[in-house]
Amino acid sequence: MDINWLDANYLPWLIPVPPLFSFLLIILVLGRYKILSAVVATSSVFLSFLMAWPLFFKAALFTEDFGFRDGVYRVFGSHITWMDLGYQQFKMGVTVDPLTTTLLFMVPLAMLMIFIYSIGYMRAYPENDPHQIRFSRFFAYLSLFAGAMLTLVVADNLLLLFMGWEVMGLCSYLLIGFLFEKKSAYQAAVKAFMTTRIADVFFLVGIGYLFAETGSLSYRDILYNEAVLERLGNSDLTGFLGLSAAAIIGTLIVIGTIGKAAQFPLHVWLPDAMEGPTPVSAMIHAAAMVSAGVYLVIRFFPLLEAGGNPHHAEYTLPLIVMGVLGSVTALGGGFLGIAQNDIKRVLAYSTISQLGFMVAALGIGAYVAAAFHLITHAFFKALLFMCSGAVIHAMEHGEHHLHEMGHDDAIPHRVQPGEATPYGTDYIGPHGEAPNDLEWQPTVPAGIDLSFVAVPNDMRLMGGLFNRIPVTALTMLAGSLSLAGFPILSAGFWSKDEILADALLFITEPSAFEGHGAPWLHILVFFSLFFAAMMTAFYTTRMWIMTFAGTPRSEIAKYATLKHEHHHHEHEHDHHHDAHAVVPHDAHEHEAEEENRFSWERFKAWWSVYSNSALMQGPLVVLAFFAIFAGFVGMHPNFPILNILTGGNGASGGTNYFYNLVSDTLIHLPPKPPFATEGSIKIPLPLLSSLTAFFVGAGLGYMVYGVPIEAGEKDRSEAFFGSQLWTAMQNRLYIDTFYLRTFYVPFEWFARKISYQAIDKETIDEFLHTVADTMVSIGEALKMLNRVVIDGVGDGIPSLIASAGRYFRNIQSGSIQQYLLFSSGILLLIVVGFLLIV
Amino acid sequence: MELTWQAIAFFIFSALTLGGGFAVVTQRNIFHAALFLMLSLFGTAGLFVLLIAPFLAAVQVLVYIGAIAILVLFAIMLTRRLMGLTISLNQQWPAAALAMLVLFGVLLLVLTPVGDDILGQNWSANLPTDGDTAPEVTYITVREIGVAFSTQNGFVLPFEIVSLLLTSALIGAIVVAREDEAI
Amino acid sequence: MVPLWMYLVVSAALFCIGAFGVLARRNAIAILLSIELMLNAANINLVAFWRYMNPTVINGQVFAAFVFAVAAAEAAVGVALILSIYRNRQTVMVEDVNILKW
Repeated sequence: MDINWLDANYLPWLIPVPPLFSFLLIILVLGRYKILSAVVATSSVFLSFLMAWPLFFKAALFTEDFGFRDGVYRVFGSHITWMDLGYQQFKMGVTVDPLTTTLLFMVPLAMLMIFIYSIGYMRAYPENDPHQIRFSRFFAYLSLFAGAMLTLVVADNLLLLFMGWEVMGLCSYLLIGFLFEKKSAYQAAVKAFMTTRIADVFFLVGIGYLFAETGSLSYRDILYNEAVLERLGNSDLTGFLGLSAAAIIGTLIVIGTIGKAAQFPLHVWLPDAMEGPTPVSAMIHAAAMVSAGVYLVIRFFPLLEAGGNPHHAEYTLPLIVMGVLGSVTALGGGFLGIAQNDIKRVLAYSTISQLGFMVAALGIGAYVAAAFHLITHAFFKALLFMCSGAVIHAMEHGEHHLHEMGHDDAIPHRVQPGEATPYGTDYIGPHGEAPNDLEWQPTVPAGIDLSFVAVPNDMRLMGGLFNRIPVTALTMLAGSLSLAGFPILSAGFWSKDEILADALLFITEPSAFEGHGAPWLHILVFFSLFFAAMMTAFYTTRMWIMTFAGTPRSEIAKYATLKHEHHHHEHEHDHHHDAHAVVPHDAHEHEAEEENRFSWERFKAWWSVYSNSALMQGPLVVLAFFAIFAGFVGMHPNFPILNILTGGNGASGGTNYFYNLVSDTLIHLPPKPPFATEGSIKIPLPLLSSLTAFFVGAGLGYMVYGVPIEAGEKDRSEAFFGSQLWTAMQNRLYIDTFYLRTFYVPFEWFARKISYQAIDKETIDEFLHTVADTMVSIGEALKMLNRVVIDGVGDGIPSLIASAGRYFRNIQSGSIQQYLLFSSGILLLIVVGFLLIV
Repeated sequence: MELTWQAIAFFIFSALTLGGGFAVVTQRNIFHAALFLMLSLFGTAGLFVLLIAPFLAAVQVLVYIGAIAILVLFAIMLTRRLMGLTISLNQQWPAAALAMLVLFGVLLLVLTPVGDDILGQNWSANLPTDGDTAPEVTYITVREIGVAFSTQNGFVLPFEIVSLLLTSALIGAIVVAREDEAI
Repeated sequence: MVPLWMYLVVSAALFCIGAFGVLARRNAIAILLSIELMLNAANINLVAFWRYMNPTVINGQVFAAFVFAVAAAEAAVGVALILSIYRNRQTVMVEDVNILKW
């Protein structure tokens, strides 16, 4: 068969292949070669990128009527018959439709940046650090992760999507627990895996139900088939609680998303997932895993809304679940984000919150807005996480430096190995101290304190980092503004604005809801997201100011740098340097001192100092560009003045490129939220609300934290919330603790006492032992029977024959006389007998 | 039965024959056994004479006693080392004796008028019960026997075969009895 | 003249004695002697029957003569065998010559 693999219909097959191949290559062959592994992994993603982007441009720009338009479904894709199921065939294939293209734009780019960043990040660790020891493995996992995500993206059916989904679950487990010497890390890995697993079970049930109902899992057969959707949406189909099949399936799928995209109440794994190396956080929270969760509900939106219409306040159960839980998540995530002192945990809660935005938006049918926010969020959140990784690295280098200089006393509340931490007693310092406790401790600490923050992550110890790592600070500013929704010059602003505009439809377009019941979900979602956006702006401001502004609040922050030489490069240094030697090396000074000639040693020294820094900060710049400018593609057509950029006249007539692209994924075009309210006085209410949210939130943040807090000063928000609530917030409102107490402890008790002790050991084992003993006795009896009777017969017959032979062989003595005697005796007997008879 | 000189001679020769035979099979010394065989053969020759077969009696004395017995004596002397064996009979001799007694009994029953009464069937009815009823006979001369051996109507073919047999047996005996290295 | 059955009884007795010798003697040469006895018993039989039953025909005597010839051949071969065995195994005891067995 001749297949032109570069044809757009077949190219999607190849997109996930390079990372998956790279995974195998690194795992099987390249495990010992660190840099080669990294290069192979990065090149593989770059190959995927090289395939994905042309495909995106071909689809989005150069294909007429791409997507679903006027009843014609024009997408790229191909499929093969995967298995014959007797009465039908299961087809496995790939597809590229408008929604897929957006992800094909975002995912490979973000991944490529993450991979490049990872090289610098991982290499910056000292030799004996677990990051370095398992360097190749990290890239193998990362490759598998990328391959799985790309598989999920190009899948044309739910099963293939689920495969990618599950492989990503595995990868998240492996990567979160990458530093498994740390108890907190492997516990976080198990937590993430188990939490998402709970959701995946429901998801899988939903898949099974969907397949049972429709006999197919292909998007084309289900999502673009109005007859099927109508049948599924008909509540007469099932009698279960009066719900339609679509509602049940949709709810189960939404539960899958709740687990994967960390929505309340299954969000608990995500803050702990920060235990993985920071590129992993970027991968999980931006490019791949949580995006996949949201992508799933966006993809299945037609099914979720089947039987209802959110734009007429006819909410189906899945939409209600999404709207309510998304709102709660957005609010709660934003609320908890305020109180976090761990820079990565702030971002984690912001991720939860932003994912809540998307899910809630989808709950009210804001299809395009949710997809848009997914893309923009991926960019700026990947950026933010990578920035935070750079910050943490700088802090770790500061700590490392202090340690080398013999200023250990300057490192604040450093947890010593063996000292109790909330997670156990096995904290690993930045120098890769050996783990001292790998035993599983079955009991949960009574008063678990989740407010524990590792030293390099602690924002209270930062401050003034702008001067130390300016590139990171600026790019993080771009990301933060985008997250907070800074007007115009941030991608987040446009997507959040569009979500709010969609939520405000009940005011700006009340005619749609007339005669259809109250648009309560819209109202709920709008106010939740409005306040959540406000809180987002607040804690983002707090985070950036605490990190970068003001003066260093600790010795560590003073020496934080990304251009720190490795330990083994400075072994000649004395431990008790005077002050000026503490200043990090500046290669330029050396150049000035020496003659300006090239030397390989000098180049290597320079490279070792600058390469990691460049590798880490280069991707930041790229992503910062997208975090700032990517939002213009989703600009409202009537946005004043700026719509000139999109072909408008300054007042109206612009183009919402993103809407035009993505909306073609659906059979029925999603509504375009109007820019302003109806009536004589046109108030641009959505714009006003998002501006208000940003300026109030950011303004409050600046008011509170504008004067940077001093070292040791209590957090100013604590006074506002009260120390009790503050502590509760830092402890994640005790939800994790609640789960521990409610589920983990009883389950553990049940597992140990009932399952293990009572059932397994005493009942099943006892029973099995009894059975086994009985069997052994029976076996012994059978053995005796065997030995006596069967062996007796079996051995007896041959031995009888043998002894008979042994006896009778004496006849054949070789003595002729004996033969003669016998024969004559027998002859005589015959003769005598003859005589007697006759 | 009238006790004539013929009867006396018969008993004497019979006693010689049977006594010699018995001594042959019981005598420990094999050399003595061979000598007793000669005695037994001599008795047989006497019986032949009584039966008016002088040629056979002569051949008996010449060939048996003169040739075969001497041959056997040679063999005995060649294996002289074994002459002094103490046990002459093997372990099965009582069984053999019993069997032979039974055989003799059966033969008696079959061949003698005594058996006819016991068996109720007259096996020997066709036999002449009295020696007196035996037909008168003329002496058969050596010449007649020689003619019988050499005429076409007589026994020339069996005679030739027997001579051949004898020749080949002698050659074979020579071959078998030769020293090993000749073969 | 003694009746025929007396000769037959003597013949039978001589045969049984010879047969006993064959069966019971250990010495191979003695067995050979016993065989001669049996042949003689047969010869007595032949001649006695010839004399009492059909004395006019020469056959009986001729047969006895053949028996002599066969006996001579038998004796010659037998003695040769015994010598050969003796030379190989240093024995003429038949129970020692029993390799033809299981």
